[in-house]
Amino acid sequence: MTSSIFFDISAGAYIAAMIIYVAYLVVKNRTVGILASSMTIFGFVMQTTAFILRWIHSFDFWVKANPESAFVESILRAAPLRNLYESLIFFVWSLICIHLIVEFKYKNRSLGAFVTPVAALALLFIDVSGTAKEIQPLIPALQSNWLLFHVLLSFLGYAAFGVSFGASIAYIVTITESKKELIYSFSSLIIGIFLIILFAMGIDFLSLSADERARLIQSHFLKATFRSSSGGVVAISWIASLAFLFVIWNFSLGLKKVLSSLSLTTNMLDDISYKSIAIGFPLFTIGGLIMGAIWANSAWGKYWTWDPKETWSLITWFVYALYLHARFVGGWRGKRVAMLSIIGFVAVIFTYLGVNLVLSGLHAYGSG
Amino acid sequence: MAAQEKKDIFESIWKFFASVKLAIFLLITLALSSIIGTIVEQQAEPARNIALLAKFFGDSAAPTVYNIFAKLGFMDMYGSWWFVSFLVLFSINLIICSIDRFPKTWRLINTPQKPLTESAIRSLPVKKEATFNVSLNKAKDEFLNVLRTSRYQVMEANEDNAVQLYTQKGRYARLAVYAVHLSIILIFVGALIGIKYGFKGYLNLPEGQASRVAYLSPDLSIPLGFTIACNWYDTQYYDDSDTPREFQSELVIIEDNREVLKKVVEVNDPLTYRGITFYQSSYGMLPNPTRGYFVLSIMPAGGEEKTLRLQYGDSFEIPETGIKGTIADFSPALTRDRATGALTSYSDQMVNPAIAINFEMPDEKKFTGWILRRYPDTGFLPGGHKVTFLDYWGVEYTGLQVARDPGVWLIYLASIIMAVSLYICFFISHKKLWVYISQNKKTVRISIAGSTNRNRISFENEIERILSHISRAIEGRHPQNK
Repeated sequence: MTSSIFFDISAGAYIAAMIIYVAYLVVKNRTVGILASSMTIFGFVMQTTAFILRWIHSFDFWVKANPESAFVESILRAAPLRNLYESLIFFVWSLICIHLIVEFKYKNRSLGAFVTPVAALALLFIDVSGTAKEIQPLIPALQSNWLLFHVLLSFLGYAAFGVSFGASIAYIVTITESKKELIYSFSSLIIGIFLIILFAMGIDFLSLSADERARLIQSHFLKATFRSSSGGVVAISWIASLAFLFVIWNFSLGLKKVLSSLSLTTNMLDDISYKSIAIGFPLFTIGGLIMGAIWANSAWGKYWTWDPKETWSLITWFVYALYLHARFVGGWRGKRVAMLSIIGFVAVIFTYLGVNLVLSGLHAYGSG
Repeated sequence: MAAQEKKDIFESIWKFFASVKLAIFLLITLALSSIIGTIVEQQAEPARNIALLAKFFGDSAAPTVYNIFAKLGFMDMYGSWWFVSFLVLFSINLIICSIDRFPKTWRLINTPQKPLTESAIRSLPVKKEATFNVSLNKAKDEFLNVLRTSRYQVMEANEDNAVQLYTQKGRYARLAVYAVHLSIILIFVGALIGIKYGFKGYLNLPEGQASRVAYLSPDLSIPLGFTIACNWYDTQYYDDSDTPREFQSELVIIEDNREVLKKVVEVNDPLTYRGITFYQSSYGMLPNPTRGYFVLSIMPAGGEEKTLRLQYGDSFEIPETGIKGTIADFSPALTRDRATGALTSYSDQMVNPAIAINFEMPDEKKFTGWILRRYPDTGFLPGGHKVTFLDYWGVEYTGLQVARDPGVWLIYLASIIMAVSLYICFFISHKKLWVYISQNKKTVRISIAGSTNRNRISFENEIERILSHISRAIEGRHPQNK
């Protein structure tokens, strides 16, 4: 399929951009910075092309299976936002889109070194989770006009939260004086856990046959490491993880010098972190919670059932509502709100992936 | 003194409920406690949660832990007294803090903007200055022109050798945050109306049967006020696959023995009658499926098609051919076992239904043929005659969610209010602007400054834009920034 070639090119470009952005942090050469941005824009154009191509393919696919379907309806039903793979791809697209806007507005390239890794982690997750990449037929529950708008707005919101997360991490690294500070340990712990889970999933992936890989996310999650039947493997996994967490904690502070030499001021990071939430919060509230509730009501006659997916999106909403109130009314500034932004994004990840990996609910179809 | 004390107590209670600390505490508490209900399965069979708890606390402790958790309301957490109390506290906090803060905001909105002294203007958070080689009046007119095209309503104050223009925009955006709070309260009210005056039930309706009630639980029914019947239920699949494309049932509303409404409902496309909505939600086979009718279409080569409804063991004849058939067997999901080669069913549901027919040809040759609904070609007989298996009717039921929710319109209204006011809240700011123009011999000096309650960067850009408009209008070049 032609669209997958463009996806692969864009994934390659994003990973290259991540490396160049990090190199830019180190060498601080303007040409390197422009190269990083160009690489990101190139990847973005490729991915947009791939997205449109996939939409067209899936339009043909839908029309073939549903010849009686009207043109506009077919376009809506064919939106490539139907399963885990497609939504992750769209998440990466939104993240890069919002990142490019921020980079353009603030005329500062250093944030790329913190946002592109989030995109790269998502791309890596796509591969190690072994999720199906083919265009799949749309199951009846998803055949609704709400699908496109609900998923589109939710993921733009998630992506904005992702940018805020990147900025907050950079903020904490910049402002930390000593490794012993709680907030620094907290953020290195979060980053470490993300990486460890991805790494462990990579081991899962390698340990499975091709057939089993397709079901990794439902039935084999972390079975090769932390949830192994062998006690030795479990113990080694934990020891290795703790060692890894120590390494992250010990060396992340090195970034501080680099960042402060790049005129990436704490004020700017704080501002980016807030602005992204200011964009993400309305998008997520309207697209995620409100549209989700209206859709649920038209599909099941219940706009709110406290199923895990709904509850976790509400928890996410509480965290960001807390961020906004603490900042505007409670007068919280700096580290404390940066920590809330990080917790918020952890809640986002859990809402999106954790619920499907660990818990179950009405949204179980989202894990296909 | 007593009255004073009473007033003090009232005031401290008021302050407590209006405080942002309580809001922060409640948001954290609601977020953390909500997690419990996503881990412990809600309203589930005790055994399921005991099995879950055994993973954390061990087999022997699990039942005890379960009992403690059940007493704490964790098994139906979102309806437990303490969780509901937090929600009530949350609403009170929301209402009181809004009432508490509203007068101040109202004053901010309605206090008329006043001209400032030049030095006060220069000390505003956002400012720009420029000098132009032009008369005072000309400069003033250009500003009035630019500001009015940006839909500012401009006020004017004249001084000696100077004029001051001042204006503001978006002051009512300050109310948006109260509208967001109101929408949350409306959602709670809508939910309460739904709980008090509505119901959420279900109804499993077999094909060809009718009901005057829906069920809240297996032994609690609720009258509908009319009769609903299911003509048929059907699952459609994508091409040759077992992936469902659509779950459909044809429902009929009957009143006074008259059919008043008929509709094919699908997932995402329910039927509503007199405020009660029927949603396609599940389906299944009836426990005793032998009572159904096989719907076959038979067509002799070149002859006319004819539809038959037959039961298990019934026989039929294809007209003018002498071919006799008897229905011998049925499989809801026919497949051939890979290991043994024997025919078997791979599902209890009608995924790939097939019937076996014992045929007796005119030459008394006998054979048994399986005809699959999914593959009509399986029904071709020697001589070009054809038997098509259309449906096994009367053996499936359609599972409907039945709901009446008189509060849902309020939820929708609140959603619209919330969406609009969130947008206003984050993207429209209350901007105040002062332009001080003073004559200095042949040139005018201009100070343009202002304040905004949010989005300062875009406000700075706006001021920059205004100034460059002016300079282009006056001199056709950029201003001399200072």
